Amino acid sequence: MRRFILIRLVYSVLVALATSVFVFALAHKSGDPRTVLLTEYTSQAQWDAWGRRWGLDKPLVVQYGIWLGRALKGDLGESLRELRPVRKVIQSRILATLQLASGAFFFAVLVGVPIGILSAVKRGSVWDYAGRTFALFGQALPPFWLGIMLILIFAVRIDWLPTSGRGGITHYILPSITLGWLTASGILRIVRSSMLEVLDSEYIKLARAKGVAARSIIWKHAFRNAMLAPLTFGGLILAAFITGAVVTETVFGWPGLGRLAVQSVTNNDFPTMTGVVLLFTIIYLGMNSLIDIAYAYVDPRIRY
Amino acid sequence: MADVDVISRAPYLPGTSRGTLPAVWRFVRRWPLVPAFLAGVLVVCAIGAPWIAPHDPLRGDLFKSALPPVWDARGSATFLLGTDIQGRDVLSRVIHGARISLVVATVVLSTGGIVGTGVGMAAGYFGGQVDEVLMRIVDFTLALPFILIALVVVIVFGQSFEVLVVLLAVFGWGGFARLVRAETLSLKTRDYVAQARIAGASTPRIMMKHILPGVMNTLIVVATLRVGGLILAESILSFLGAGIPPPTPAWGLMVAEGRSYISVEWWITFFPGMAIFLTVFAMNFLGDWLRDRFDPRLRQVL
Repeated sequence: MRRFILIRLVYSVLVALATSVFVFALAHKSGDPRTVLLTEYTSQAQWDAWGRRWGLDKPLVVQYGIWLGRALKGDLGESLRELRPVRKVIQSRILATLQLASGAFFFAVLVGVPIGILSAVKRGSVWDYAGRTFALFGQALPPFWLGIMLILIFAVRIDWLPTSGRGGITHYILPSITLGWLTASGILRIVRSSMLEVLDSEYIKLARAKGVAARSIIWKHAFRNAMLAPLTFGGLILAAFITGAVVTETVFGWPGLGRLAVQSVTNNDFPTMTGVVLLFTIIYLGMNSLIDIAYAYVDPRIRY
Repeated sequence: MADVDVISRAPYLPGTSRGTLPAVWRFVRRWPLVPAFLAGVLVVCAIGAPWIAPHDPLRGDLFKSALPPVWDARGSATFLLGTDIQGRDVLSRVIHGARISLVVATVVLSTGGIVGTGVGMAAGYFGGQVDEVLMRIVDFTLALPFILIALVVVIVFGQSFEVLVVLLAVFGWGGFARLVRAETLSLKTRDYVAQARIAGASTPRIMMKHILPGVMNTLIVVATLRVGGLILAESILSFLGAGIPPPTPAWGLMVAEGRSYISVEWWITFFPGMAIFLTVFAMNFLGDWLRDRFDPRLRQVL
């Protein structure tokens, strides 16, 4: 077990490093970051001074080394747009994304788990068909379009909810639904199929034969075991969340990390871009490792 | 096949009594008619776009800017789904958009599918170090947050059809490789493969003639299941300005273009989005259906 965790972690670190090289190289290939600040009054001396300030006069490999050394200490350089440390910029945005993600996750679980269970328990009924149709719809709706349509209906036409931005509790409703919709249908499908599998197992049949009440079978015997399977899909859900956050934050003008990523890319703000992409990669890798380890812990048959 | 299917599906069917109406109902239940119809419409639109579309998807007329759909009082019968801000026919653009989506999906699936199958078969068949190295590369491509890498790549190499296709293929082949490898691992232990080897068949021959046919079912199912996701990914990138460049009528791009006018000119955004939704819905449904019918074991994996 210890060896498994070790290998998993070493592997994650290697992938994170490879990603950082990749993104760093791409960011530098996209052009000289000084051109962003260039005006007709910029002097050669100023240009060189900027170069020295950001270490652009050194070879790329050295620049990467310096950047990596600082990044390991938590210093991601300076944002070219906001002229303050990237770490500060990320810190000012991270809460908004976490709140949005929590809202979305809450919505996804609230919708996905009960409908998934209902769909499995009443297999073949109208409920099951409705649940499965919802799941298929959820996976086919383009998230950006869903967001725009929700704005059109609930914010423009019947003016119940704000169109965009961050503020009171009402600001959370539409973005959370937009981000959580795909996840809700994913959770629904997984809960349904794992619940069906468990309900079909021998010990459930035994419990039925013993005369245990249906409610007790569903919640005590089946539900707890069925909840293990969704764990493996945690990684996929997370990947969808990252994509979804970028899209949802763009649609709703939500001041989070996803929007920061898009903005830094369009602004050629490469320190911020590298920082955000790397942060997302690390979160992604870290969560996936945790999920794998948790799963290996729960199911001893799984080994790397 | 048919008998087994009826038995396995029996518990799903509330009305199993004989008669013409239940027979029709069974037929409707059994075959994915609506998704197949939608997919058919999509393919017809994609192939025949220049002949079906009533107008040029790129040429607009500013005097006919933002006309509503035909059922609106101000609508005109020449523009069934209205026009966009630049006065281009929305219906024609949606029809041509089918072509873009389908071409992207086809190119990505064929390149990604071929590379993934090759790598997966090699990894599974040779095993050992080869397997280890190839699978770590696959893990790497699957471990990256696709959307962010895509945004960065597009800034460097510019927004173009080629970049988009390469991006989707680079991130798409890994899934194929994993599944094909798993399948190959089980196929290579079969007796007929061992016998082929004893009979003196070369490694390439064994792979092409004995392993590949066994992998084919999985491949077709996986490819169908991927189409929807690919079209969705393409539309998301186009929406974010990192996919198909304007003025090409890509659905995601059309939604992005209409976004600012949503409060009044909702049709510019609504119809292309609906096209994405129906297409992805149909392809996912067909994929699920194919999987359940031809490769039910994949249910565990996909």
